[in-house]
Amino acid sequence: MADEKDRQEIIVAEFHKKIKEAFEVFDHESNNTVDVREIGTIIRSLGCCPTEGELHDLIAEVEEEEPTGYIRFEKFLPVMTEMLLERRYRPIPEDVLLRAFEVLDSAKRGFLTKDELIKYMTEEGAPHSEMAALENLPRKGPLGKTM
Amino acid sequence: SNCFSLTFIFCGSAALKAALIIQNWYRGYKARLKARQHYALTIFQSIEYADEQGQMQLSTFFSFMLEHYAHVHKEELELRNQSLESEQDMQDRHDYVDLIDVPDSYNGPRLQFPLTCTDIDLLLEAFKEQQILHAHYVLEVLFETKKVLKQMPNFTHVQTSPSKELTICGDLHGKLDDLFMIFYKNGLPSESNPYVFNGDFVDRGKNSIEILIILCVSFLVYPNDLHLNRGNHEDFMMNLRYGFTKEILHKYKLHGKRILQILEELYAWLPIGTIVDNEILVIHGGISETTDLNLLHCIERNKMKSVLIPPMETDRDYDTDSKHNKVGVTFNAHGRIKTNRSSIEHLPKHEWEQIIDILWSDPRGKNGCFPNTGRGGGCYFGPDVTSKILNKYQLKMLIRSHECKPEGYEICHDGKVVTIFSASNYYEEGSNRGAYIKLCSGTAPRFFQYQVTKATCFQPLRQRVYTMESSAIKILKERVISRKSDLTRAFQLQDHRKSGKLSLSQWAFCMENILGLNLPWRSLSSNLVNIDKNGNVEYMSSFQNIHIEKPVQEAHSTLVETLYRYRSDLEIIFNAIDTDHSGLISMEEFRAMWKLFSAHYNVLIDDSQVNKLANLMDLNKDGSIDFNEFLKAFYVVHRYEDLMKPNVTNLG
Repeated sequence: MADEKDRQEIIVAEFHKKIKEAFEVFDHESNNTVDVREIGTIIRSLGCCPTEGELHDLIAEVEEEEPTGYIRFEKFLPVMTEMLLERRYRPIPEDVLLRAFEVLDSAKRGFLTKDELIKYMTEEGAPHSEMAALENLPRKGPLGKTM
Repeated sequence: SNCFSLTFIFCGSAALKAALIIQNWYRGYKARLKARQHYALTIFQSIEYADEQGQMQLSTFFSFMLEHYAHVHKEELELRNQSLESEQDMQDRHDYVDLIDVPDSYNGPRLQFPLTCTDIDLLLEAFKEQQILHAHYVLEVLFETKKVLKQMPNFTHVQTSPSKELTICGDLHGKLDDLFMIFYKNGLPSESNPYVFNGDFVDRGKNSIEILIILCVSFLVYPNDLHLNRGNHEDFMMNLRYGFTKEILHKYKLHGKRILQILEELYAWLPIGTIVDNEILVIHGGISETTDLNLLHCIERNKMKSVLIPPMETDRDYDTDSKHNKVGVTFNAHGRIKTNRSSIEHLPKHEWEQIIDILWSDPRGKNGCFPNTGRGGGCYFGPDVTSKILNKYQLKMLIRSHECKPEGYEICHDGKVVTIFSASNYYEEGSNRGAYIKLCSGTAPRFFQYQVTKATCFQPLRQRVYTMESSAIKILKERVISRKSDLTRAFQLQDHRKSGKLSLSQWAFCMENILGLNLPWRSLSSNLVNIDKNGNVEYMSSFQNIHIEKPVQEAHSTLVETLYRYRSDLEIIFNAIDTDHSGLISMEEFRAMWKLFSAHYNVLIDDSQVNKLANLMDLNKDGSIDFNEFLKAFYVVHRYEDLMKPNVTNLG
């Protein structure tokens, strides 16, 4: 019984350190705060993949009562720890991602053209303004897509 | 962050879901790339500042070395201080410039004194063709610059107007392409296009002398419109370590020594800062809570030769010691160093500290003023210190440089402090942009960014991040291998069961403590060690794929490791001793130097081992060691095929 509790404490302590590392790298002024616009990056770099809507809610949870544009570590840590412990917002498995591409490739060609991908990324779902910069995709996507 | 609800009518919700999935994955992928980029930058910065701290800690040791070994240098210095200034200047000109002829066969640029803007154009064209300016002209330019700088006050006061905006550039560090880029985008200096160059023109990059010459010539042509502020690298001791000295001795084999000598003096005459429109202070590093601008306006700045030559302590200073909250000079266990220096040569301690603060401090978000433990000199100053000092002197803003920023600039302390950094790709291709500021009274400052890249700028982001990351990991691994013995001992101490494994936490703890680098070890672990399926670290894998090449087979590996670790420091000491820059050091000098060095550093290396090594290094058995050969012999071999590979199968 005590062992289980110890193990849990160790896991939590390790998560705390990991979260602190990821946070500090974006804490440019070394005062335990980061710009709110970096929170998404930090969360994702730790392996969690919330949707934009979920991210929006998370930010609301860690923001100050009166938003300052900065998120403090003290508020971020418990929320992020819970996310890791509960294994929330797991990244998409590779086969699901592959099928997502296949769905968009209605003609079953095995690839998507650059224009098609841009169209889907910027017009559907929760658009991301940088989606148009396709240079950032890996050379060999799951389908061997064109660049 | 965008949060659009499902407002798009699309045939087939499956397609919508697919798009969402791909977008989600892509965001995660981008985020991980960004994080890796930041980790790489953190590594570069930590190591850079740790090196600087090492420099500062050596200050008393170096001054002691200079006192006792560079006796030739010292005598020269004393002679010079005794003669009249004007006489000395005449003597200088004769010694430095007139005795050197420019041969007819010289194909490089020929300058005409008094200089005009034609000479600036001539130099820019020549340097673009990678020509080297003849030593005669280098010396003449430096000599003339020093003469004019002597007449400048410690702080230059500048006014701007809509027809005369002021451009402020930060660190250039010998990156000539960045200076070309700035002139291309913003125009050459002139009466209607004034510039401030905020220090650190030299070191690290490979065209420090060319940059310095362009800036000096521009200054001579437009002395009221081209302003130069001193940076912490405008310091001959820093140059010994960070590459400028080497560059000069390499490009000017015959006359390099003279160039170095005149540089020493020129640096000390560089103004401390610029004040724009009576409301903006431009200095290289930062401020501290005790910064006294009135005092700084009056001190004899030319007595601040080097940050590594600390001032004498007077009785008065003992009282002020307790009030100072900053890292100042450290003294070794043997107490104060006795000097024969006259008080004419050096600044009193509190004035020296004022300049150190200006050249070395960094702003941070935490209120208060703390010793700058990262660099070992100056302080970290908080927003409260900024407000206090700016208010005290009725200033609105502080513009400074000194720190590399990914975007080339950064604003902090509620808009009151701006960092401007002009060397793009400072750490590595793709590491950061460069920037400059345009100021005009009555309007907000405007920022301009650029990045000098070659073929690699067209690579995808992923490739650029990989380049930067592997470069950072490589230099980090070199640190690791240079502390192999200490690290191994630390690991083994923690490994009670002698399993060869430690928890990630234990491994990170050892790395941080032994290397003294505050890095995100857990996040970096996958790049540095092997981790088994239980998440435990096989700690000896920290040293895999890299080893220090032994200069001679018989050398003991601990000795090799120690010499490798301290090679930069040894190089500086050697250069300081080798006043005729012959590159040779006698056996006694080597032994004496090593004795001092090891005493100061508490390095436990057997004397006999060192002797043996020195003997082995004396390749032609003539009693002298070619030190450059000696240092070149210590290098690190990376097994390239085992360096980090881009992880193609990993989707992020």
